[in-house]
Amino acid sequence: MKVSTAFAIAALAAVAFGATAVVAQSDPAMQRESLMKENNKHAKNLLQMVKGEKPFNSQAVEAAFAQWTDTARQLPDLFPESAKTGGDNRASPKIWENKTDFNAKIAAFAKAVTDNRAKAVSSLDGLKVALSTVGKACGDCHEDYRLSKK
Amino acid sequence: MIRRLVALGVAAAAFALGAFWLFTIPRTVSASDLPLHTPDLANGKTVFEIGGCASCHATPEQKDRTLLGGGLALKSPFGIFYPPNISSDARDGIGSWSEAQFVSAMHDGTSPGGYHLYPAFPYASYQRMSFRDLRDLFGYLKTLPAVQGRTPAHDLPFPFGIRRLVGVWKLLFLDGQPFQPDPTKADDWNRGAYLANGPGHCAECHSPRNALGGIVENKRFAGGPNPEGKGWVPNITQKGLGDWSVKDIAWLLQNGMTPDGDSVGSTMTKVVRNTERISDADRLAIATYIKSLPPVDGPERPQK
Repeated sequence: MKVSTAFAIAALAAVAFGATAVVAQSDPAMQRESLMKENNKHAKNLLQMVKGEKPFNSQAVEAAFAQWTDTARQLPDLFPESAKTGGDNRASPKIWENKTDFNAKIAAFAKAVTDNRAKAVSSLDGLKVALSTVGKACGDCHEDYRLSKK
Repeated sequence: MIRRLVALGVAAAAFALGAFWLFTIPRTVSASDLPLHTPDLANGKTVFEIGGCASCHATPEQKDRTLLGGGLALKSPFGIFYPPNISSDARDGIGSWSEAQFVSAMHDGTSPGGYHLYPAFPYASYQRMSFRDLRDLFGYLKTLPAVQGRTPAHDLPFPFGIRRLVGVWKLLFLDGQPFQPDPTKADDWNRGAYLANGPGHCAECHSPRNALGGIVENKRFAGGPNPEGKGWVPNITQKGLGDWSVKDIAWLLQNGMTPDGDSVGSTMTKVVRNTERISDADRLAIATYIKSLPPVDGPERPQK
């Protein structure tokens, strides 16, 4: 075969390979899973502060709330009909049966995070109150829309 | 000869039926068992929250916990139960009940009509509650709004629709004993033990059940299949919570978060909606008690 053809084939293969990688990264199921895992890390960190197992660190609190704000922003677009399952997802089929309510729960979570950000960053006592409110918003959605651990 | 056998058979059957009837007479508390008492409505509210009344009896599809019109469908291995209207409505709720009738319902599982209530209503735990708490609760319930409307009858396949059979269940699984404090333990432990085993009725979900739907007592709190059908309820003895501190447990009851930063889901979120409303001291008491539960192996959780 001609060298130019070989190059052309190689280039096409590279693009195809790259495209698959890009598709995998933008797979909504995997993305939402990684967001939730990040959320969890931050929640655990803040919970340890609230319980006195770690010193209060307002920068870490700020980082947590920034991450949660970002999650709330991205979530509504991460549950298309085409991506109901994937990886270790515990997304319940009920999400797609009750999309309006599900999106309302995301909005409530977003509001809890926004409304409590300043309070959380300000002091340990503020964080205690803020974390309770945000924790409840997490729970409200998980109650109906996250499957139990198998 | 045949006639004698038949006669004997009929007599035996009549005797058995009579004995069954006698042993399954619904028990009640009478007004004379209840000395003069002015209800403490603040305590009544605490009992209401930890008792979890709203979780089953609040009108579904709305958020006001004080609207207790009932009607939520509770699926179980025995059929579907519909918790009744317990609002202060005089016709459709408990507005016209006497104190003794309310105490009989909670303590003995007997309705004002004199028939057995189904143990989906967790009187097997509520039987541990003090009459004082029951009467305070009744006083508090009467202050809540009246909601009109009756709920559907329970949807139970034969033979579970025969209420009198619940009398047999009660003989097997109710002992009618009030809570017995342990004098060797601190006050907060005893308070926690009372709250968890009585109004909190934690073991009703967190224990495995036998074929008749009674709790397997030697595995109390060791987890098992969710009695409402789906999922698994965790072991909360030290076998399951060995890594948790008293504070971890108290925090979970306050905001639904596990020490791993996860938030509880499914039915436990409903529990947290109740426990977040009681005092810090009561949550700590429950946590102290739960932390003290010796490790017990629960049933095997089915693998994926």
